Order: sequence, then structure tokens, then C-alpha cells
Amino acid sequence: MFVINCPYCGERDQSEFSCGGEAHIVRPKQPTELSDDEWAEYLFMRKNIKGVQFERWNHAHGCRKWFNMVRDTSNDKIHAVYKMGEKPPVI
Amino acid sequence: MTKYRINKTRFVDQTKTVSFTFDGKKYHGFEGDTLASALLSNGIHLIGRSFKYHRPRGIMSCGSEEPNAICQINDNTDLTEPNVRATEIELYEGLKASSQNCWPSLNFDIGGINNLISPFIPAGFYYKTFMWPKSFWKKIYEPLIRLSAGLGKSPTQPDPDIYDHKYEHCDVLVIGGGISGIMSAKIAAKNNLKTILIEDKNILGGSTIYQNNKNFIIDNQKSNEWLMNEISELEKLDNLIIKTRTSLAAFHSYNYLLAKENISDHLPLDKKNGSIRQRLWKIRADKVIVAAGAIERPLIFNNNDRPGIILANSVKKYLDFYGVSTGLNNIIFTNNDSAYETAVSLFEKGISVKIVDIRKKSSSNIVKNAEDLGIKIYWNSTVVNTFGYKKIKSIEIMNLSEDGSNVTGNKHKIQCDCLSISGGWTPMVHMHTQSGGKLDFREIDQVFVPTEKSENHINVGSCNGDFELEEIVKNTNYKVKKFLNINEGGFDKISVLCSKESEKKNIWLLPNTISESKTKSFIDFQNDSTAKDIKLALREGFKSIEHVKRYTTTGMATDQGKLSNMHALGIIADTAGVKMGTLGTTTFRPPFTPLTFGAIVGRSVGKFFDIVRKTSIHEWHVQNNAKFENVGQWKRPWYYPINNENLHEAVQRESKAARDSAGILDASTLGKIDIQGSDASEFLNRVYTNAWSKLGIGKCRYGLMLNEDGMVYDDGVTTRLGENHYLMTTTTGGAANVLSKLEDYLQTEWPELDVYLTSVTDHYSTASICGPNSKKILNKLFPNKDFSDEAFPHMSYQDAKIDKIECRIMRISFTGELSYEINVESKYGKSLWENCIAAGEEYKITPYGTETMHLLRAEKGFIIVGQDTDGTMTPIDLQMDWIVSKKKYDFIGKRSLYRSDTMREDRKQLVGLLTDDPNEILEEGAQIVSELDKKPVEMIGHVTSSYFSPNLNKSIALAVVKGGKKMNGQKLFVPMENKNINVTVSDFIFFDKENKRINA
Repeated sequence: MFVINCPYCGERDQSEFSCGGEAHIVRPKQPTELSDDEWAEYLFMRKNIKGVQFERWNHAHGCRKWFNMVRDTSNDKIHAVYKMGEKPPVI
Repeated sequence: MTKYRINKTRFVDQTKTVSFTFDGKKYHGFEGDTLASALLSNGIHLIGRSFKYHRPRGIMSCGSEEPNAICQINDNTDLTEPNVRATEIELYEGLKASSQNCWPSLNFDIGGINNLISPFIPAGFYYKTFMWPKSFWKKIYEPLIRLSAGLGKSPTQPDPDIYDHKYEHCDVLVIGGGISGIMSAKIAAKNNLKTILIEDKNILGGSTIYQNNKNFIIDNQKSNEWLMNEISELEKLDNLIIKTRTSLAAFHSYNYLLAKENISDHLPLDKKNGSIRQRLWKIRADKVIVAAGAIERPLIFNNNDRPGIILANSVKKYLDFYGVSTGLNNIIFTNNDSAYETAVSLFEKGISVKIVDIRKKSSSNIVKNAEDLGIKIYWNSTVVNTFGYKKIKSIEIMNLSEDGSNVTGNKHKIQCDCLSISGGWTPMVHMHTQSGGKLDFREIDQVFVPTEKSENHINVGSCNGDFELEEIVKNTNYKVKKFLNINEGGFDKISVLCSKESEKKNIWLLPNTISESKTKSFIDFQNDSTAKDIKLALREGFKSIEHVKRYTTTGMATDQGKLSNMHALGIIADTAGVKMGTLGTTTFRPPFTPLTFGAIVGRSVGKFFDIVRKTSIHEWHVQNNAKFENVGQWKRPWYYPINNENLHEAVQRESKAARDSAGILDASTLGKIDIQGSDASEFLNRVYTNAWSKLGIGKCRYGLMLNEDGMVYDDGVTTRLGENHYLMTTTTGGAANVLSKLEDYLQTEWPELDVYLTSVTDHYSTASICGPNSKKILNKLFPNKDFSDEAFPHMSYQDAKIDKIECRIMRISFTGELSYEINVESKYGKSLWENCIAAGEEYKITPYGTETMHLLRAEKGFIIVGQDTDGTMTPIDLQMDWIVSKKKYDFIGKRSLYRSDTMREDRKQLVGLLTDDPNEILEEGAQIVSELDKKPVEMIGHVTSSYFSPNLNKSIALAVVKGGKKMNGQKLFVPMENKNINVTVSDFIFFDKENKRINA
């Protein structure tokens, strides 16, 4: 179980957080103009990387804020934590 | 003293006798004994029968690796515990133990016949045999296998014991209280680090504490005496917590560890009462030092499983720690020097001992010591067979060929009553690998050792592959100092003298003259898998160690292969002709030793199992005989039976009353979200399928919320309280998820919106009054208020007061009746309710529960999200096209409604169903078919809601049916176990299609 450094609250136990899957998938601004395939790409397709992955996390049992996290899925090392809207760090 | 209690030690108090029973017979041991040592002191070796062949088995070790000596403890139906290792349980007055897996008795076990037919039950026997005929599986094979499966008996009554959880944080956690653990803890604690030392035994000291040999000297003292002094110094340190009887269960990432402390398992029954039995420690440590030690390996030869065959170091521990001799005529069979310590110790106690060593020679001090004492050593020899059914009586040995692959010369028979075996040592790398650490294979002594990479934990002592005393002491000091960034360890000038092993030889499967198919060389003693089984698996094409393990069940018993895994790997490597290091290992999974369910759940049992949420009106419901239903964590009144009514009778009465006069429902549990901000209207536009911008202040609107995939997610009425202020209601069960979904969109997709969400579910209590007389009741409650349709129309809201209590009144309806929902601050909920009941008395106002609510809304064809929908229903499928805005550019899920799949016309769609027999009530969940004769039967839908409507006097149902929209009037069938029910597809609004009653 990780210790996650919430950008708003500081270090907390993983049990306070929930993971929201892959980060930096932007909801299309004009969905009606997308083909079925393009919409499906947004809606369904997610990466499942063994290695460094950018993820969304929510401090669900804390400040309820969403933020982004860079985690190596092979060893659970957390490389960075940053707020929504901030530029992803280069890992 | 008994015949076998031959030695006085400081660890067992021989002045304090403890009595216990084994298989109903009474015996005596002493305080400090384990069940195993007490049984051995009484000369008892036969403890149980093996799992598959029912072979007699005895005590083999002295710790958690024990595969054979597993017992049933206690015979009460609530406290009894199976598979307890006799080597781990401390003796207490009144302990009741019995053997497992034997019938009718341990000494005469019918299952022993399996041993005779064993050539016919090789590895994979079950997979191969019970395949056919298929019809035999359910009635014959499965009951038969279940009868013979399992080891002990589970308790049949709830566990009366108390278990506990506790969180702990520390700078340094040291796992293992042997010599390297003690040194590590001392170095850490003396350098002002908050340190915890855990040890699974009741006494610190590991195997060094009984190492009483002149060849092992630390600072001019025997190693055990030196360690004894260290322990007494350790106990004086302030910032050190020592937890004995505490075993590590799991080592998770980020140094999060679970350890189980036995608090009262070792106490006599009368002293256990009321005390916590076990505590699960949840430890977050900055640094972890693993000093878990090593486990002695057995040797694999024919009939290596007889009672009386015991690991050599365990023989030494029974002798020097418990004062018990495991036999009076010992043979030691070894491939390494460590067993010679056992030989010397036995000899010094006057016990006859001989040594069989597979090596050609060894010239270390300890071997010289044995030779000097005149102990007979058979060099370059191996055991090829053993004899004695319930206890070993003799062995046969032969010489090894030059390369060790075969045996030569004549068989030589030697009498004995105990065979001590030692195949070297296996570092306990479980903790290291559980934490994500990797392993390297060390060729010279054929062990897997930790690859040191982590910044947050290290391995010291024999679990790191350091086996010589000098190595252990020097390396521990050096590594711990470096790891903790400390200059002075306190052990820098220590002097260590020890015997050093010069000759190493390892043969995973010892050769024999008999053909392999006729030998039984056990690898996994608990699951009865042999070398032969492993080779069979390889011949049958299994290559991966993980597959061989599962096929032969090697390493899958309750001991998780602590003794067997290395040999299985070794034999696979030898047979397949590959290097062992390239095979990898099976995965070491937590827990290290089995955990009780009690320790896992801790205090979360009974009423602490889950949160119970009650409305402020709950007490009234209880007093009025309500039956409750769980909705999420909420307790909601289900129905209110009068005079022994059953569910059906009560619901029929309640439903009729609500339509004929007035009914009242506690609607407090509906999720409520307060939405404020200048973009609140725009926000609702985006999250609901319909339009919100033009909703007037003081008006209410029903909304349907979709997931981005277009499927219905939640619904409810939202009220506009002010220009930038809304109150959203959600389903009872969906409240938390809806809030979190809305927060997600607000924070991550639309951060530009000025909107704030607050959950106010618990803040308000709601009484919902419906029925033709509801307006009259409201008039009584709020005499100054105009409830005319003009002044207070349907789908609107107004503030009002009862005395000084502020009320929000919404005129909305989930029943199709004229209906009002009154919301007050929760603290006034019960008072409001009682006022409503009093005001409604003259109209016979009838409280109704969720079941009646469901019936009433079904009569009107209103869906319940989660009952009539299941995450695959779009609003179009539900025939709710009217609520999906065509004008809005976008809302959550909109695009998905135009996917080719969601536009299919043969999707399951919501319809009404009427049974041809109006008294026949369909079962919810029942399948629907259109053609009975077609095979296979094609299921075209299922019933989602079904009731007998007292207001229509017939059975009604909602269902989802493929292409149902176009099937109105069509005959379908609902096949049940004993009959086919004929049904007709109908409109799903059964009652008051014109919606007249809402304004009645």
C-alpha cells in the first residue's frame, strides 16, 4: 500500500485515495463531430502500461480533490504528483 | 522426568508441570514447551496421517515450516481450530489436541489403503480420472472428493474470540529476533531511532541462543552466552519496542507491513477469557531490516517421511532448548557441517549417534570435533531406504559413485530410532520478494539470495545468505550502519571465532538402486507429492515451475512449500538439464504463515461490520412495527404489517390506501446535493439529458443522468431554489457515486465552471404525502398556505413554516398521485412526521414502505434506476426519448446515443407485460422467450419489476425485451421450472395514462 503525497494535503495512506485511470485524456469539445471510431477511441481505449504511467487519482476520503500522478506500474514507485491543469513532468 | 526429557535448560521450567491431552489421552509437559516438544518428551512421534496416501507422519521440524505435525486444537464447535502446527503452539494447561486426516483412529487408519494403491494415483490423477462420464461429476465424483478433501475440521459456530487491529509507525522495523535481528535493533535503537523488533517465538535469540559449542565464540564467550547478555542489554533500551509471539504476515510496498501478535493463545483457557486473542499490527516503517533467518532443508531419498525423521537442527533445538531427546539411537544424515553441531550435542548428552555424510570429507573444526569424540562417520554415503511403519527403526545406506549420480557397493543396514537430516539451508527470502525484491541464484551452495536494490529495506543474517557466524556478525554490523547512515555500530571491534565449512555438496534427489517408479521420495510432505510426480509432470509436457507446482500441488499446502520448493526446482532443473538460476522461483505470496480470519477482520464483526444509516424518523418506524430493507447502508421501512399481515397483504393495503385516500413515505434517504454558483444552470445542462436554463426559480424538474457511454446512470428531481442555487436529488443508493462523478467532471473537464457541490443528504428529512386527500392534509399542516393548483402547481416548490420550523415543500410525485414532499432540517424530522400523521388521521393516512412505493410507481411505469436498468439501457431503450434534448449541443453521454450499437433497433427495450391469468405474478429476473420449441431456447429479455396491483386488480410487470418497442400486443412466454406462463406485451403505463390524478 502506497503513501501518496496529495498536492493539497500532503502524505496520506493509499486507503484514502481512489484511482481514476489514465490521465490526460481530454473530453472532446465537439463530440457530435466525431466519427464512431474517434468517439470510441476517447470513450473506451486506455493504455495499460508496464512501466511509467500517468494516472488520475482522487483523495476521496480526504479533500476530495482530483490530481495527477506518475507511477511506475512495475514497482509502484511514484515519480511525481501534480495538480489538475498543470503540465505533466517529463519522466 | 520422562525417558526422553534428558536435559535441564533455562528455557523450560521443569518445576511447572502442564497437563494436556492428545487424541483424548492425558500427558504432561512443562511451562515453556511447545505441543511438539511435550509430545516428543513423552516419546510420541506419530502425529497425523498424510493428505493423499494417509501415511503415518511425525514431527519434522521445530517451527513454522512444519509440514507434518498439524493438529486440531480444542474440540468445542466454536473454538476448534484445524491445521495448527504442533511446533508453534505453546503448551498451556488443559490444551486439547488431536490428530487429523485419519479414521477411525490415528493408529489404524482405513485411508492407509491409498498408500498401497498409490501407483494408480499419480500426479494429475483427479484431472485424468474424473473427466468422464460427465454425468458422474455432480452426484458421485464431487461428493466423493469433498469427503476426502481438506485436513482438519472447521468450527461450526461463530468465533467467540476478540481480535484487534492496531496501527504503528516507526523509524526502523526489524523482522526476526535472532542474532542479526538483535544486533540490528540495538544499533538502530542506540542511535535514537524509534525501533520495533518482532519475533514470532516467545523468546528472542533464534538458533544462536541454544548454540552451546566451543567452536563458536564471540568476544571470548560461547555465542549463546554472549547473545544472552546482548538481549538483557537490549531490553533496557527506551526507544525500542520488542514484540515477541508476533509473526510477520505481509510486506507490502512502501514499507507497509502486517504482523500478527498472539496475545492469549498461549494462556490456559480460564485466563484467556475476555482477553484479546490476536492483534494484527499495521506497521508503516521508514526503514525495514529483515533478519528472518533460514530454514533447514530436508534430503530427498526413498521413504524419507517416516515418523522419527527430523531436521537436524530441530533435533538440536529439542535437545538444547527444550531438553528433549528425539531418540536414543540417532543417525545424522547430512550434506553439510551444521548437522555436526547436533551430533556433538547429542554425544555430549550421552546419546548414541552416527553420521552419514554424502561428502567425501570435511576438515572444519566442528567436523574434527566430532571425529575427536569418536563419532562414527560414513563418508561418501547416502541413505537408500528406511524401515519402520509408525516410527523409524532402521536405514539402509550405500556408497555414492564418483559423480554422485549413482550408488555403488553393498547395502549396509543400521538400526536407529531417529534419523536427523540436513540438506543445507534456505534463506527466508519471502519478505524480501513480497516487498518486490528480486533474487540471485548462488551456485556454490545452491541458494537464492536477495538482490539488494531497495533504499528502504535490507536483509541481514542468514536470510541474506550469510551462514557462518563470523559473516553474520560482521556483515550485519557493516550493512546496518551503512543502511541507517550511522558511524558507530557498537559491534565494530567484536571478535568472532567459528567453524567454517570448506566442503559443499548438494544432490537434490539422492540416487537409489530401486527403479524410480517404486520409490517414494517425498518433496512436499503435506501434499504428498514426490520426486516421481515432478518428473511425471515434466514428461507430460509441463515446463514452467508455476505449472508443475499446480499440477503436482507441490508447495500448495498450508506450509506453502517452505521445505519443498527448492527441491522441486532443483529436480526440475536436473531433469530438464537447465541451470537452476534460470528457472526462477514460484511467487512468494503473503501471508507467510496462515492468518486466522479473526485477525484479518479484527473488530469489524457483528454490528461493527458495516455502517448503518438511519433517518431521524427511524424510531417512529420501529415503534410502528415497520419491517426494514437495506438500501445501500440505509435502513428503510419496507412495509408496515398490521395484525400479522405478510408482505403481500400489507403492500396491497398500503397501495390501495395511498391511491384511495392518503399515504406517507419517509423519503429522507434520497441523495441530496446542494448546487450553487453562477454556472449552476450550465452545469446541469451538461450533466442531465434535458434542458435546465429556462427552469424558473421555484420550479422542479425531473432529470436523467447518463454515463459517457450513453447508459442511464441516475435520476431524480432537481429544484431551482434561486438564480444560482439548485437542490438535486439522486437515488438512495447512488448518492455518493453521483456526487463523486459530478466532482470529477467539475474538477477535471470543466474547471472553468463556477459551481460548488455539497452533499446535504443527512441535513434534511423528508416526508412525502400522496393521495387524493394529501392537499387537505397539507392545508391542515400549513393553514396559511394556498395549495390551489394555480398558486402551487405540480412541479413547483415553496417555503412554509410549521410553528417556527422552516419547511421546503415540493409538489412532485413518484406515485402518480397528487403528492407533496416536505423537507425540514433533520433534527425536526420526527416531529414533522408526527405532525403529518396527526393531521392525516381523519383521512386514515397510511404509512407505506419501499415495497409499496415500488408498486405504485410500477403502476405508472416509472423506472427505478438499478432495477429496471442495469448499465446497458439508454434512455431510448427505456422509451424516454422525451427527456433527451435534441437542441442541446452536448451533455454527458449524448454522443454515445448515436453510436451504431446504441441505435440498433433490436436492443432490449422497456415494455409492460400482462399475464394472461391476471392472478399470476411473474418472478423478477425471469427470462422471456418468444418461441418455446426453438432449440436452444432464445432468451429475448427478462422481467425487471413485477407486482400484483390492487388498484387494477391484476398482475403487472415491467420487462426489457429485444425490439420490445414494436411488440405491443404480442404473445410471449415466461418459462418457469414447472410451467410456461403466457404473457402479452403492453404499454408500460398501466394506471391513469392521462395523468389526471396528479391534479386531482
